[in-house]
Amino acid sequence: MSRTARRAREWQLAVPLTLFFTAFVFVPLGLLAFVSAYGEPEMRTLGISQYTGFFTDAFRLNVLAQTLWLALRTTVLTLLIGYPLAYLYTLSPRWLQRVLLLLIVLPLLTSVVVRTFAWIVILGREGIINSMLLALGWIDGPLTLLFTPTAVVFALAQIEMPLMVLPLITALSNIDPNLRQASEVLGAGKWRTFFTVTLPLSIPGLLAGCLLVFATAAGAFVTQTLIGGGRLLFMPYYIYQQAIQVNNFPLAAALATILLVSVLTVVMVLNALGRSSRGFIHG
Amino acid sequence: MARAAIESAASRRERRSFYLTFGLLGATAAFLLGAPTVIVLITSFTSGYTLKFPPAGYSVRWYVALLENSPEIIAAAWISLKIAVASTAIGVLLAVAAALSLARQRAMWARILDAMFMSPLMLPLLAIGLALLVMFSRLGIELSMMTLVIGHVVITAPYILRTTIANYVQLDPVLIDSARALGARPWFAFRTVTLPLITPGIAAGAFIAFMASFDNVAISLFLSDARSQVLPIKLWNIIESSLDVRAAAASGVLILGTIVLALVMERVAGLSRHMR
Repeated sequence: MSRTARRAREWQLAVPLTLFFTAFVFVPLGLLAFVSAYGEPEMRTLGISQYTGFFTDAFRLNVLAQTLWLALRTTVLTLLIGYPLAYLYTLSPRWLQRVLLLLIVLPLLTSVVVRTFAWIVILGREGIINSMLLALGWIDGPLTLLFTPTAVVFALAQIEMPLMVLPLITALSNIDPNLRQASEVLGAGKWRTFFTVTLPLSIPGLLAGCLLVFATAAGAFVTQTLIGGGRLLFMPYYIYQQAIQVNNFPLAAALATILLVSVLTVVMVLNALGRSSRGFIHG
Repeated sequence: MARAAIESAASRRERRSFYLTFGLLGATAAFLLGAPTVIVLITSFTSGYTLKFPPAGYSVRWYVALLENSPEIIAAAWISLKIAVASTAIGVLLAVAAALSLARQRAMWARILDAMFMSPLMLPLLAIGLALLVMFSRLGIELSMMTLVIGHVVITAPYILRTTIANYVQLDPVLIDSARALGARPWFAFRTVTLPLITPGIAAGAFIAFMASFDNVAISLFLSDARSQVLPIKLWNIIESSLDVRAAAASGVLILGTIVLALVMERVAGLSRHMR
């Protein structure tokens, strides 16, 4: 049998996973959207009252806004310090690359609960920052560092950083070093070369990283609840609370649908930007 | 001559400011990646009752406490382990088959399927967990280990699919064609030629998938019943309610376990190559 004929028949191998995803991802998500159309927890009347209720309620809108704002700030912070790390990786000798890659990959494999817990140890009342500030005599009593939005952003940025750095390393490694050299030989300085040559060429990786970090940060239940504590409410805990503690499934389903659509919109915009930037790179 | 000297001084200054900025930011990132894990490890050996850092004294008492009088944490770890093994095994079967079919396809349907299978890595898993709970309760299916495993396969399959496809496309199709031309039946050619060559990709994907399942909270939150509480949720409860130092000891075990497994996988399958 020729290769093409064989390839044409290979589609059958994708059937089991397709059926699995249909039954356990796409049908349930459809059902979720359907349940969100019920007006009350007892599921009697159908309509769009959950959504009109959401978009006219300042409190709920604020929870969504805070969640997306959190994800955005996390993305910017990981980009700001993750990009230089990825850049330095490409300039490093081989042995250092191996060390750096393990340093980037290991956290990704370590439990998120554990990595979040680390931040509680660092930021807690007896944590490293408070002990240091007390020892230096800069403060009289321990500061409350946990349970603030800034603490959540820092913890999340550290936790999601590998997701930003790995695609950037791939993108930066694919850039021909001759291009940078040519730019510098022709008189552009380091900074100008970076902003006009390296950065534009790394945009596909940069967008891929931003997309992963944004999507993960927006749904990061563990870090948001443990570092944010009870005072800061974000969409993931709000969904969990409405479904499991209050048993208001229509509201929980509507909240989940809204979060899903918001994240999906950002993902699709970044994907579209990524496609057009690839076209730009290959001329 | 003088002008060239001035220019080169300026360019030296620029070079210095560039490498200083990138060096400092990059070093901050590298430090941030490593430091928290080290801090948890050190704290877990405290002899005190609080998460003070640095600890006043060192002991292994919390590890002893974890082993000897924390049956609920050990039980949760076993459940997590069973679910991770089962969902990784099912994920390998489904995803490797799909990878073989999708890897060399250029058609539209293949790209759409690929994007669909990868979507759990980008969508809030919490929504998928809630959606599955809604469906199971509508169908009158009670929550059990099985429902939990089904939910976790949604997490494991994408990782395995990604690494297997990446490995498979690097494989020279001529190898398989020659095996077939020399008379090997499809299954025999797969078993003796294709499978050994894509094993590193499958192994790396299975390992990442296993860790992702073992660590998952978002799906388990909705799909585990009272009897099957998984380890990350147990730890989440402990940390949220009491900040018990046993959580640090459990974290220590998880960190050391992850490091050992990752180093083994790095040697066996070149793990870090497959994660890029």
